[in-house]
Amino acid sequence: MSESSSTPAAPAIDEATIGDAIDAALSAIAAAATTAELKQARIAHVGDASVLSSANRAIKDLPKEQKAAAGKLVGQGKGRVQKQLAARQEELAAAEEEAALAAETVDVTLPTDLRPRGASHPLTVLQDRINDFFVGIGWEIAEGPEIESSWLNFDALNADPEHPSRSLQDTLYVAPEGSGMLLRTQTSPVQIRAMLERGAPLYVACPGTVYRADEIDATHSPMFHQVEGLAIDKGLTMANLVGTLDAFAAHIFGGAPITRLRPNHFPFTEPSAEMDFRCFSCEAREGLDHDADPSCRVCGGTGWIEMGGCGMVHPNVLRAAGVDPEEYQGFAFGLGIERILMLRNSVADMRDMVEGDVRFSQHYGTEI
Amino acid sequence: MPRIPLTWLAEHTELISGASAQQVATDLSRVGLEEEAIFGAQVTGPLVVGRVLDLVKEPQKNGKTINWVRVDVGPEHNEELDNPKDPQPGQERPSRGIICGAHNFVEGDLVVVSLPGTVLPGDFAIAARRTYGHTSDGMICSGDELGLGEDPSGEDGIIVLGRGHAEGLTGEPGDDAIALLGLADEVVEVNVTPDRGYCFSMRGVAREYSHATGASYTDPVSTVAVPSADAGGLAVQLRDDAPIREVAGCSRFVALEVRGVDPAAQTPRWMARRLTLAGMRPISLIVDVTNYVMLDLGQPLHAYDADQVVAPIVVRRARKGEKLTTLDDVTRTLDLEDLLITDSDGGEGARILGIAGVMGGESTEVSAATTNIVLEAATFHSISVARSARRHRLPSEASKRFERGVDPQLPLAAAYRAAQLIVEFGGGEIASSVTDEGGAPAASAPIALPLGDAERVVGIAYTPEQVRGSLEMIGCRVEDGSEGTLSVTPPTWRPDLTIREDLIEEIARLVGYETIPSILPTAPGGRGLTRAQRARRDANRALAEAGLVEVTSYPFVGEGIFDALRYEPGDARREAVRLLNPLADDEPLMRSSLLQTLLPVARRNLGRGEESVAIFQLGTTSRSRGEGSRSPVPAAAQRPTDAELEQVLAALPLQTRTLAAVVGGASGPDSWQGEVAPWGWADAFDLARRAAAAVGADLEVRQTEHAPFHPGRAGELRVLAADGESTVIGHAGELHPAVVKEFGLPARTSAFELDLEALIASAPAVVVAAPVPTYPVAKEDFAFVVDQEVPAAAVEAAIVVGIGDLAENVHLFDVFTGEQIGEGKKSLAFAVRLRSTEGTLTAEQIGEARKRCIAAVDAAVGGVLRA
Repeated sequence: MSESSSTPAAPAIDEATIGDAIDAALSAIAAAATTAELKQARIAHVGDASVLSSANRAIKDLPKEQKAAAGKLVGQGKGRVQKQLAARQEELAAAEEEAALAAETVDVTLPTDLRPRGASHPLTVLQDRINDFFVGIGWEIAEGPEIESSWLNFDALNADPEHPSRSLQDTLYVAPEGSGMLLRTQTSPVQIRAMLERGAPLYVACPGTVYRADEIDATHSPMFHQVEGLAIDKGLTMANLVGTLDAFAAHIFGGAPITRLRPNHFPFTEPSAEMDFRCFSCEAREGLDHDADPSCRVCGGTGWIEMGGCGMVHPNVLRAAGVDPEEYQGFAFGLGIERILMLRNSVADMRDMVEGDVRFSQHYGTEI
Repeated sequence: MPRIPLTWLAEHTELISGASAQQVATDLSRVGLEEEAIFGAQVTGPLVVGRVLDLVKEPQKNGKTINWVRVDVGPEHNEELDNPKDPQPGQERPSRGIICGAHNFVEGDLVVVSLPGTVLPGDFAIAARRTYGHTSDGMICSGDELGLGEDPSGEDGIIVLGRGHAEGLTGEPGDDAIALLGLADEVVEVNVTPDRGYCFSMRGVAREYSHATGASYTDPVSTVAVPSADAGGLAVQLRDDAPIREVAGCSRFVALEVRGVDPAAQTPRWMARRLTLAGMRPISLIVDVTNYVMLDLGQPLHAYDADQVVAPIVVRRARKGEKLTTLDDVTRTLDLEDLLITDSDGGEGARILGIAGVMGGESTEVSAATTNIVLEAATFHSISVARSARRHRLPSEASKRFERGVDPQLPLAAAYRAAQLIVEFGGGEIASSVTDEGGAPAASAPIALPLGDAERVVGIAYTPEQVRGSLEMIGCRVEDGSEGTLSVTPPTWRPDLTIREDLIEEIARLVGYETIPSILPTAPGGRGLTRAQRARRDANRALAEAGLVEVTSYPFVGEGIFDALRYEPGDARREAVRLLNPLADDEPLMRSSLLQTLLPVARRNLGRGEESVAIFQLGTTSRSRGEGSRSPVPAAAQRPTDAELEQVLAALPLQTRTLAAVVGGASGPDSWQGEVAPWGWADAFDLARRAAAAVGADLEVRQTEHAPFHPGRAGELRVLAADGESTVIGHAGELHPAVVKEFGLPARTSAFELDLEALIASAPAVVVAAPVPTYPVAKEDFAFVVDQEVPAAAVEAAIVVGIGDLAENVHLFDVFTGEQIGEGKKSLAFAVRLRSTEGTLTAEQIGEARKRCIAAVDAAVGGVLRA
């Protein structure tokens, strides 16, 4: 740069001049309200034409002995200004970004359901959960067809040919008369199939759809779902039946399970029992020494919920399925899945579960 | 089911003092007699004896005359003074004023008064009320109002102590009339399981009550005096020529005559009352006694007018064409299997008296003039009676008991008990000779029970005393057998006890099921869910995540659905399984396709206010193997042979688990985010593919025409089956507009249905890894002009084949038609990603790949690269 250049005359490099320049620069920086104003302040106070830049350029022309002091004076001053500039730049940029983002604010409470999630039927979910329980205790899940042979549904299960459950009032049969086929009334034929195919020892749960010749109402449906359990091994006893039911009740209803067996009669078990679970809803769940709430919706004030039939597998059933009753023995039980759902999840009307109204399933999503 | 009045029960067993009906029901349920219902006291509140002090007859404008009565209802209930504005008739003294419309009483009579606060049967609460110009401060009751039924002596009006319902009763004003009339009786109705026929009697239930509570028990049979009588009563012949299941229809027939009964004799009040409480209607002394003894002991009895019966009585099966008018006045055509009681009016066994164990006929019925009777107490085969009762729809009190089995030791005792009661209340004389055809049965064979067997089955270490004691308590004869076994002879009323497990149940229930410990057995360890079971969950979840809701539907359909879904006449789906006894006559078939029941569910949801539909179901569908298929019923005594089993199973219809979905209308709610796409045919295919992907399978789609779909918008869903063959497992597409209209669905509703079992079976057991090369990708786009009919899938397949291994991904991203392309043509644009596993692709390699691609598309479908 030559002296003939159009640059302004070099300022005096003394503390007063430089000090003023720095003060002016710092106050301009502080006054800048936007990054654009800050840019103007930068050009004005540290740009080529600024006092500080001119002074800097002039240092080289100073006498040798003055150079060091002048350099220090100008350099330090400029450094201070640059530092302030950077700080202010960051400050303003941050504020500006913040403002820009603020301007982009959306209402996150807007609905986002372009295509809402669907749902599984709660009976399916409950059945899965029941299956998981049995798999968890080492059992397997066995299945079979819904249109079944009379032999598997009745005869192999020790049902007398005269047994009333075989009547046309109770069981739906395949035409023509004497076809030997029916809509299974229980999932027990799956137990027979499992024994025939796999033999003993055997631990299976048999969930599935079953049919009865019932008219539909709030508590009955001609189609419903059952899960039956069958355990055949050496030395299994009714105590093992009770243990399995207790574990099942705890899994499905939670809490400390209390189950109760009452004598009953079924052709396929001997001894036979009706199983009750202690009410999980009212005071009765606390134990046998606690009275049920007389108005309890779940147990009807009795403290007990009837869950289904069970017992030790009748030797005739074992024989029909090719298992030697002198060597093996075991237990079986059956539960209604709709009934469990009604009790556990307070479903008031059986029809809701079978009519296919989407609102019924939607409420649950994929969990129960 | 039997109703047990507690006071009756208490005659045979010692009821725990103060036991309520609820407590008795709970005790009985512990031994297996489930509570069916509890009938509490029929009347509550101040029902008292009153004496009629004064009575004034007041004629009314409506023509009726009412009585304005001053009644002394005892010091506790009387009002000291009359109401000055409404004084009662006669001299003022402590009493109540009551209006009464009946006229069968006079001053001085003792009557039954329900005071305000009393609740009569039917929840009829009594309060003081203003009527006929007076305040009636209670009600004078009739038998009907108290639930006692009509007056036994036919008197019309209120109860007067000493007559009718209150025959033999007296009392003082203010006495509790509830106790006096026996209205406090509580009744428990129990459910009797089919193996416990003996519990259809007070005798049996009392025995069970004693088992449950340890209360003392007296078998009422043991208190009946059975005199040693001569044989040679009315002649009876047992002639069953066609026994059912090789068991004679009648094994014992006792006939006992009573002569000279007073036909006007009344049933004692207590007996009529008990019959009513037990659910039977009192009729006449003779009929009531036979019913009473049946309810008490369990032996059904029948009384004939001896003067009408012509000996001998013959028990035989019906002959073709025979008819009988039963006591319910219905003329019934008899079946060859019906076992009949006949007499010999018109020849031996010529006249039918009744269907054995079910119902009698009119000809020899006891009447109001009967003085000489023959009592029948017989043992009939349970199956024979059950079949006749079912056939003629006559579930009588007798048949209910015979069906479940009646103690064969009962007939003689029951006949004498009935005869003695008739003589006691109706006079007459019991014949000195009696007929006992068939006689008492031989004792049943003893059952060998190893002493440790109950522990083996139940898991409780029963003591020998518990084992033996329980069995003896239920009436078994227990003797020591060989080597640690007991020889157990069940009592005659327990025909259900035939094997050792039956005895074990008795021991377990008498000691108590509640004593059984809880021990979770350790299974040997299973294999978890099967692949198919897991896959079904995955498919279900995939569709739920895609926005569909799982529903259920009944599998019953009518034939009309086949036409509604536009099936051709020979469509295999018309071969549905038919039910013999469908719930609804117009739905006799089982669905052969899931859409047959899913579309009606879609319609129902739309009808309930849904505006679009997105539903799916996983359900069974079936196909008949022909009306002629029969599943044999082999003997169940042992495992059938493999061949027999094969026959049993081979007849069953083809059945599979099917997955189907229906989508139509907006795919979501109206949105601020822009227009909501409607569900359409492409969604149907996409959903099917998602379900397939979820189970690890791959679907191929081919254009087809298939009901119920739009002919131009349907496709087959195919998989590579295990045998390597491309197999159709389902269909998808837009529904035919006629089907959409038929079910009232949103326009362009689409659906898919596939055989889920086949889909899952086609998935590889193990998914083998694919290489992941890291060399750079080359992206090439192609647009081919092809004929309109050429499927995009064919073009894509040709591209894949042409490029070969280098083709990492081929994706169609645009379809274009228009003038520039030409009539009947379309342009399909593909984005292709090329990558080698061996190195970076060179320009030459890429150029070669392009050439192969173009040549392959040309060769396969005549496609031309668009310039």
